[in-house]
Amino acid sequence: MSKPIDFRVDPSAYRHWQVEYNGPVATLSMDVDENGGLFEGYELKLNSYDLGVDIELNDIVQRMRFEHPEVKVVVMQSGKDNVFCAGANIRMLGGAAHSHKVNFCKFTNETRNAFEAAERDSGQQYIAAVKGACAGGGYELALACNHIMLTDDSTSAVGLPEVPLLAVLPGTGGLTRITDKRKMRRDLADIFCSIEEGVKGQRAKDWRLVDEVIPNSKFAETVVERAKEFAAKSNKPDIATGITFNPLERTITDTSVIWSTVTVEIDRAGRKATFILKGPEENAPTEMDAFQAQGDQAYLLRLCRELEDAILHMRLNEMEIGLWVIKTEGDPELVAAHEALLAANAEHWLANEVRQYWKRTLKRLDVTSRSLVAFVEHGSCFVGVLAEILFSVDRSYMMDGEFDDDDRALATIRLSEANFGAYPMGNNLTRLQTRFLGEPDLVDVAQKQINKAMDAETADKMGLVTIILDDIDWEDEVRIFLEERASFSPDAMTGMEANLRFAGPETMETRIFGRLTAWQNWIFNRPNAVGENGALQRYGTGVRGEYDLERV
Amino acid sequence: MADTLDVSYDTRIPNNVGLGEDRKVLKALEKWHPGYIDWWNKLIPQNFQDSMVYLRTAVSVDPKGWAKFDYVKMPEYRWGVLLAPQVEDRVIPFGEHQGKPAWQEVPGEYRNMLKRLIVIQGDTEPGSVEQQRFLGLTAPSLYDLRNLFQVNVEEGRHLWAMVYLLQKYFGKDGREEADDLLRRSSGSEEAPRMLGAFNEETPDWLSFFMFTYFTDRDGKMQLESLAQSGFDPLSRTCRFMITEEAHHMFVGETGVGRIIQATIEAMNEAGITDPTDIGNVRDLGVIDLPTIQKKLNLHYTLSLDLFGQEVSTNAANAFNAGIKGRFMEHRIDDDHQLHNDTYNVTSIVDGKITEETVPALTAVNMRLRDDYVRDASGGVGRWNKAIKKAGIDFELVVPHEAFHRQIGVFAAIKANPSGDIISEAEWESGKDGWLPTPDDGKFVESLMKPCYEPGKYASWIAPPKVGIDNKPGDFEFVKLHMA
Repeated sequence: MSKPIDFRVDPSAYRHWQVEYNGPVATLSMDVDENGGLFEGYELKLNSYDLGVDIELNDIVQRMRFEHPEVKVVVMQSGKDNVFCAGANIRMLGGAAHSHKVNFCKFTNETRNAFEAAERDSGQQYIAAVKGACAGGGYELALACNHIMLTDDSTSAVGLPEVPLLAVLPGTGGLTRITDKRKMRRDLADIFCSIEEGVKGQRAKDWRLVDEVIPNSKFAETVVERAKEFAAKSNKPDIATGITFNPLERTITDTSVIWSTVTVEIDRAGRKATFILKGPEENAPTEMDAFQAQGDQAYLLRLCRELEDAILHMRLNEMEIGLWVIKTEGDPELVAAHEALLAANAEHWLANEVRQYWKRTLKRLDVTSRSLVAFVEHGSCFVGVLAEILFSVDRSYMMDGEFDDDDRALATIRLSEANFGAYPMGNNLTRLQTRFLGEPDLVDVAQKQINKAMDAETADKMGLVTIILDDIDWEDEVRIFLEERASFSPDAMTGMEANLRFAGPETMETRIFGRLTAWQNWIFNRPNAVGENGALQRYGTGVRGEYDLERV
Repeated sequence: MADTLDVSYDTRIPNNVGLGEDRKVLKALEKWHPGYIDWWNKLIPQNFQDSMVYLRTAVSVDPKGWAKFDYVKMPEYRWGVLLAPQVEDRVIPFGEHQGKPAWQEVPGEYRNMLKRLIVIQGDTEPGSVEQQRFLGLTAPSLYDLRNLFQVNVEEGRHLWAMVYLLQKYFGKDGREEADDLLRRSSGSEEAPRMLGAFNEETPDWLSFFMFTYFTDRDGKMQLESLAQSGFDPLSRTCRFMITEEAHHMFVGETGVGRIIQATIEAMNEAGITDPTDIGNVRDLGVIDLPTIQKKLNLHYTLSLDLFGQEVSTNAANAFNAGIKGRFMEHRIDDDHQLHNDTYNVTSIVDGKITEETVPALTAVNMRLRDDYVRDASGGVGRWNKAIKKAGIDFELVVPHEAFHRQIGVFAAIKANPSGDIISEAEWESGKDGWLPTPDDGKFVESLMKPCYEPGKYASWIAPPKVGIDNKPGDFEFVKLHMA
């Protein structure tokens, strides 16, 4: 295996971003190191980015919430003259395998969503201070901010030049956010997306592409002013100190990756990985002060960080492992106690952040293009937030009754109030609401079972698991399922699962991950973009792409 | 489109493009006109606006006799729209459309690319006038004052030329871009000019001459490449602009040459042989040769930056599209498509300057810069000849391309004028010896006293060998309005 892509970042080693903390306002400057690409073969000119740049950004956004709760406003700006950000690096995209492009877009989309939601979830507002060219992925960065300020120097412009220049889409939410979020008129959006040079000055404001256009001589001071103003108006409580995210420890071998609370066992021949999430070993802290003192070692936070790292690691580095089996091991009572502390203190900043973090991590699971199955075995602890995994996966299997030579506690499932609103999906419904779209009553029925340990039969009756199997059938049925799944086309699986997972209403998020991404991935496979003579492949050579003129 | 050698004066805007019949474009230009005049009037100090300047005005685009000289007040100068004569059956000379008839209208697929090139070119024209706006106040002679104004009005006309293309061929967007050309302003905090070199000050006449020699020569190279364009109106516009641009470089080369002449004559007269005896040379009221070298270093390197990145996608796209060619494209012996050709570009590998072979199409900028470097060295050789002839042991040297760069591969490193990569500390300790210091600036500035008497020249500059339009040196090139 080549060197794995590592999502763990040491903030002292950022190569592409600088963060300056100044009380309630943080200034985040993008200053991409041209020679700091994740792979060989391209230079990150003009503040263009690759996955490595985004991994750092994701880390910053995350730490902003946990380590710097005092921050209420984050100003995103360029550390370079004349360019805000030129977007994703085209040579990187041109040289990358299809799978990498897709994974890159997924991760960048998740990062955009994370800072876009920071205002609603954590009270941290992002302002894009745009000076210089802001094109493609660069404007998409700005679009995900809560407020866009553009300088009026008669040169600085925002633009989405992907279509005319590269024959691909502004696929990191660009096409979706201009109409859904900024509510730009679709005919103007049609013009905007067909021109290379973008739109500047007052027209950018008139077309709703930015919130403010500011005279260049006043730009810097107005940005500072606006940041202070937003910070003063913020409802976010004043929190003096955060907690520290220490480096995540893990051990990688050819057949396993082991964190403190998560183990992933890889079966290459069977093309499957088994994720085992361990329950807590100690009692829950009795109050949030104690939780905060534990910091990043507090059980539910540690588990969330490790699970997220496991998801990202497995997504990017183990592409042929197409089936993930998720299990838990531990004492349900202890999990319930740990979760209860957070639920009882939902207003506490750190409790809130941990729950929001779980929300994001569960969403990462939702959009993972792997077949997901949960095994609810004896000795497991699918409680509350962990039970939520059962409603994220494609199927769940649960042990029913006693098994020979198995003295673990009988398998149960336990819901908590968190299953009914704390962790909504991208469609803005809870996983249970989505699951029971045709039988909404079942959500109410399930709600009555909060905090009750349900055995297999009850869970089955309530529709909370897919299949329950007793000692006689379990081994064989599970084996057959795993073998059958491994035999299907990975593409068909990805497509089928992604469609079945997101029932219910469309939101901007589902449109980005569903519609926009699907179209982009289609284009990423078409010769007009990526063929030898396609526009993306030829970009930079001076020779234009050749198009197959048939409309499909 | 009407196409004549003669310029028509039947509209307020002299032209040879049939503006009289092209009501729409005429209307657009007339709308733009007051803004332009306003820009001009606010720019140049008022007493010069009211002065009579002996200027040449284009009356024809016939290479044999296109200009006539006469006294004119600058605001009344006949700025106009002049295109070189149309070449019958011209074809696109390079790129993927090579051999097809040249475009007379903008091809839709290249509209943005063309517009961007025209806007960037257009932005430089008023930029230099803005940089030079106060130089008239310290002119070393009426002859030089007149040359300055000639350069200025012609840069103004070049702006007109670009604005005409924008208004005629690029619709509403083009009109907005034309307005923005007047909105941006050199060195402005509000809306600076697009390219760095056009936001630098031109604080004194030595800078002006260096600028016209080195930076206008970049303009010449750009115009030469655009003159190759498959978009015929752009090609014709640029071909005519090149005829005017030649005078600007003449002003630069002879200007620097005359400053050198004054210096070496004064040194010889005073018996100073050591060119580095700066204090004593300066006491003679002339500019010492090492300071001239420093100014050369500055303007040459700023001009190199104007060529952009060595390896450039935009340049490659523009060439392949047939929009912007190479210097002397028709004299280059290759297929003019560059599909399989390579070119060597400078790059930095492991901290060393080396050459790298890349597809020629992506190295169009680099090639143009190489052509520029050759083109720019000619005048320097002539200056050195004069120094040598005077028996002074000093040679002006064009610095290495790696020295003092803000754009391209060399922007990441520090190098001395010989092209050795040096540390930040070495740069700090050496830079005052390589680039003009504030003290150098103060000294040159101290010499900048106006000399407005016909036939008189400031101490630091020698008279020209012959005046403009074959007039004698004591001709009253500018009748100053001194009210």
